[in-house]
Amino acid sequence: MNPGDPIAAIAIASILFVIGLLGVMVRRNLLFMLISVEIMLNAAALAFIAAGARWHAADGQVMFLMIIAYAAAEAAVGLAIVLRMHAAGRGTLDADTGNRLKG
Amino acid sequence: MMFALPALVALPFFGGLAAWLSDLRGPARTPWLVSLVTLALQALLLVDLSATTFGPGWRAHFAAPWVSMLGIDIRFDMDGVSLVLLWLNLLIAIPTVLLCTRHVRDRPGLYQFLLLATIAGVNGVFLSTDMFLFFCFWELMLLPLFGVLLIWGHADRARVTLKFFLFTQGSGLLMLLSILALAVINAHDTGVLTFNYFVLAQVAGHSFLAPTIMLGFLIAFAVKMPMLPFHVWQPDTYAESPTAASVLLAGILSKTGAYGMIRFVAQMFPSATAQIAPLMIALGVIGILYCAWLAVAQDDVKRVIAYSSISHLGYIVLGVFSGTRVGTEGAVIQMVAHGLSTGALFIIAGFVEERTGTRDMRRLGGLWPAMPQFSAFAMFFTAASLGLPGIGNFVGEFMTLLGAWQISHVATFLAAFGAVLSSVYALTMMKRIFYGPAVIEGSQPLGAPSTPHLAVLGVATVLLLVLGFYPQPVLDLSTPGSLHPQSLSLAEEPAR
Amino acid sequence: MAALLPLIILCPLAVAVILLLSRGTMPARATCGLVGVGMGLCALFGVIEAVTFLNGPDSTGALHVVLWHWIHVGGFDTSFALTLDRLSLVMMLVVSCIGFLILVYACSYMRDDPDIARFFVYMNLFVASMLLLVLSSDMIAVYFGWEGVGVCSYLLIGFWYHETPNANAARKAFVVTRIGDALFLVALLLLATGVGSLDFNAVIQAAPHAPHAAITLATLLLLGGAVAKSAQLPLQTWLPDAMAGPTPVSALIHAATMVTAGVYLIARLHAVFLLTPGVMLLCAVIGFVTILFAAGSALVQTDIKRVLAYSTMSQLGYMYMALGCGAWQGAMFHLVTHAFFKALLFMAAGSIILRVHHEQDIFKMGGLRQEMPGVFWAFIAGSAALAGLPLITAGYFSKEMILTSAYNVAPLFWLGGILGAFLTSIYIFRCVFITFWGEARTHAHGRTGIVQAVPLAILGVLAIIGGWMEVPDSLGSVHIFSNLLSPVLGELPEEHGGAVLLLIGSIVPLIGVSLAWMLWKPTGRAPEALDQPLVRVLRADWGFDALYDVVFVRPYLALGRLNRNDFIDRLYDLLASVTQFFGRAFGLMQTGQVRRYAAWIAVGTVLALCLAV
Repeated sequence: MNPGDPIAAIAIASILFVIGLLGVMVRRNLLFMLISVEIMLNAAALAFIAAGARWHAADGQVMFLMIIAYAAAEAAVGLAIVLRMHAAGRGTLDADTGNRLKG
Repeated sequence: MMFALPALVALPFFGGLAAWLSDLRGPARTPWLVSLVTLALQALLLVDLSATTFGPGWRAHFAAPWVSMLGIDIRFDMDGVSLVLLWLNLLIAIPTVLLCTRHVRDRPGLYQFLLLATIAGVNGVFLSTDMFLFFCFWELMLLPLFGVLLIWGHADRARVTLKFFLFTQGSGLLMLLSILALAVINAHDTGVLTFNYFVLAQVAGHSFLAPTIMLGFLIAFAVKMPMLPFHVWQPDTYAESPTAASVLLAGILSKTGAYGMIRFVAQMFPSATAQIAPLMIALGVIGILYCAWLAVAQDDVKRVIAYSSISHLGYIVLGVFSGTRVGTEGAVIQMVAHGLSTGALFIIAGFVEERTGTRDMRRLGGLWPAMPQFSAFAMFFTAASLGLPGIGNFVGEFMTLLGAWQISHVATFLAAFGAVLSSVYALTMMKRIFYGPAVIEGSQPLGAPSTPHLAVLGVATVLLLVLGFYPQPVLDLSTPGSLHPQSLSLAEEPAR
Repeated sequence: MAALLPLIILCPLAVAVILLLSRGTMPARATCGLVGVGMGLCALFGVIEAVTFLNGPDSTGALHVVLWHWIHVGGFDTSFALTLDRLSLVMMLVVSCIGFLILVYACSYMRDDPDIARFFVYMNLFVASMLLLVLSSDMIAVYFGWEGVGVCSYLLIGFWYHETPNANAARKAFVVTRIGDALFLVALLLLATGVGSLDFNAVIQAAPHAPHAAITLATLLLLGGAVAKSAQLPLQTWLPDAMAGPTPVSALIHAATMVTAGVYLIARLHAVFLLTPGVMLLCAVIGFVTILFAAGSALVQTDIKRVLAYSTMSQLGYMYMALGCGAWQGAMFHLVTHAFFKALLFMAAGSIILRVHHEQDIFKMGGLRQEMPGVFWAFIAGSAALAGLPLITAGYFSKEMILTSAYNVAPLFWLGGILGAFLTSIYIFRCVFITFWGEARTHAHGRTGIVQAVPLAILGVLAIIGGWMEVPDSLGSVHIFSNLLSPVLGELPEEHGGAVLLLIGSIVPLIGVSLAWMLWKPTGRAPEALDQPLVRVLRADWGFDALYDVVFVRPYLALGRLNRNDFIDRLYDLLASVTQFFGRAFGLMQTGQVRRYAAWIAVGTVLALCLAV
């Protein structure tokens, strides 16, 4: 892969992002939804890396590191919420059952 | 005294903070004492500032860089109008602190902090000559009052505070837009981004956008004052506030709007102001008559005073927008007199409520024998509010009418008839509370008159009488500082 | 003696302040002593000042004392300045001397009232304001006094605060006169902007050069102010109700001094009024109508104080008619004699009321002649002067002076005046015959003390002989009063038809008194027809009260009541409802399902990107 040509990497990132998005929209299992969000984050991170390589700038890698940190934090918070729900006596991981917060 | 002006802002704030902290340990009266000492120090500062005089109109100056990248400085300038209003602020602040011991039992420290923080914010508004800084103080001065209203307000406080918040902050947003527009226009023309009032004032008059920009300022000030048709938050807020907040709101916060009209509308946009003057004078006159008319139909004492307050503020609008010197100076006098007399009326209303347990005039009556001294004071301040000559309010009304007469005879004629309507509601209020046979509440022993209350009202009486019979010193003092380049020797750029 | 002039005002003011600060702790005797000394000094200073002024080098000019500048801004300058010329000298003497007598009387009248200190605070404030009004050389200071007497009048009418009718009467008096005050204020604005000063002399000098329309408007507004203060038509409704105050108040404020302030003001500015003959005619017509209107009402009143109130209105009508006819001297002369005999009548009525247990209905009195002979003779002297019985009363000379001038302007005015005099003699002697003759319906208790009797006696003498300082040419030609005032008000014009008019003017009151005797003599008196429709209308102020109530007061209050929640506020509520509606509508999108939200976010992002690209 030519580092000056990010098209391929961007394409992969886009595909990954769409997969993740569809995963969030289609899956009802909370764990799978979290995984899908991770996929989306990684897609964005990949796009940064590619762009950084294209312009020979370190910013892309900086952003990548930051996104890893975000992803870790997000996973921690998300899993913590899932565990709390379980501890509170909810027997299912179905996201559609938790719809009390509505207008 | 290089740091006198920032000290005027910082002192009440940190004094309030100290009062709050002192509440954590020590006897219950400590916060109160700390506040009083703070205000005493502030009085000393003001005495010192009143003695120093330099520059034509502008008496003191302070500047330091703040956010240099955006051209925002900490700039304070004081002219005669600011000085008079700073004094008024102090005079209103002292009784609110002095008289609060009785009805604030929980969290007195927090209460003192919020009051003093409001006063600090108001001082900042009267002094700032950096537009951005002015906006900050403009928004900040109300935040503590929202707290006071929410914690110590009367029954309907949540709804009323929301209304108050929406009106004042919403209109503040318009002012922010106007300030930004001015700064951008100036940056575009000169290449320098600055929020300096004096620099922007030179731009303001010439821009073709001037009328629109002025409108942003005008609406913010009109809401704060308040004047018709933005007045609807005010009767609710005054009625539901604890006494001290009512006094502060009516006595001094409404004056920030009037001050803004002089400094940031009439002085900055002379030609646009002249264009809109007929409309504003019409609104002022309608406000005087309409609110006097509504006042007579109210049952709640505080709402009567609230509507009468809007009615009297109409004279300030007349004075400012008459574009004459006599009108503008009359407006300043009217601010001072209105602050003192309305503040005193709210103190009396608060006292009546405290002793009888109601503000509803249908349940009051015949209180004269039960509280003769308070009745006498109530009579005096009622007379002040109906514009009796010899009391400061008359000077303000007369001078503003004199200014307005040169613009429109008909409007002034109608405004003068506001005096008739004001005597209707004022005397009706006197009659319903103090005259007639004593009703149930009134017949109970109401307790001895409270000496601090009497002292405060006595001082207000003397001040209003002096202002009424000999207003010339205040008039000499309250000349607005000129924006003319010669007078800007003080307004040099701060060292960066 | 320039230094004495401010002291005249300061004396009553100081008494008021001392009494105010004592907060009612001073015993009644000490209060009275203080008031007596204060007012005594005031009257004494007034007399000394008057004597030295008249014997001084500039006795035809004016003495000026500038106290301080009130405001001086932007070319407009006005100051507190006192001036003493012959016109203000007359007024000052009337206010201070008659004020002194009435306050002495009041010491006795109010002796048992627990609130006597408050009463005298108001009374002294009133005297100080009234003196400021008559002594100021600047119209703004006149306005201070003008409003000051108004508010004191309000406070004194509502002095007995525990009764709601008193509070209502007080409020009415203040609000109605305030209408005139507002007109006066507008006149001040007009003159201040036109002349640049409110000094009387400056105004009088500038008036001939000013545009005629402006001067007409100014005099019209001033006339409006004066009319309200003097209870002339159409702003007369407050005066009868004002009788709710203690009787010395009625004597001082609503008979002798405050109500005549308007007459003084117009006389002071007569040079300006002369420029506007239309306004003068209006003034004369107002006076003419009020004379007959009020005399008609007075004929059918049953309350002794209301009879006197309407008679005050009617007598003030004579003064306004005189002013309108340019008879400035006559108006001022009648003002002075009226102050004598009307104060006397009120104080005598007060003594009666005090001794018959605060009964004011004349039909419940009767036969009081034997029980209180002193008061009876005082009342007779006052009534005779009011009716203008020829030669022996002060009222005769002043009224004839006005009527002669009126005849020379328009015989119709003279006719009205004569008719008024006829009615006057009937109603006042009706009151006398019912009160003092016939069978006693009530028993008078106690005695009228010496403190009350002396002022009554002094005023009684003045009401009889006070007129001899101005006797018309046909009867002996004494012109002390008009010579006194001519440096200020101008020489008396040449007048015609004196002797015949005098003869008619002498006979008419005598006929009136005889008629009153026939109608209300102790035996064989016809029953009062108080229920007849005409009488009812007359008693109720010819329906003016009801008319104003229906046209102004009720709609104002009712509409205010209807709008008490402020329709503008409701408009803002509408805004809130709209916001709420949209909030609910968009709230429907918020289903609570995370997956749905994710989808919305995705759609939104795509749309935003599309728009951006």
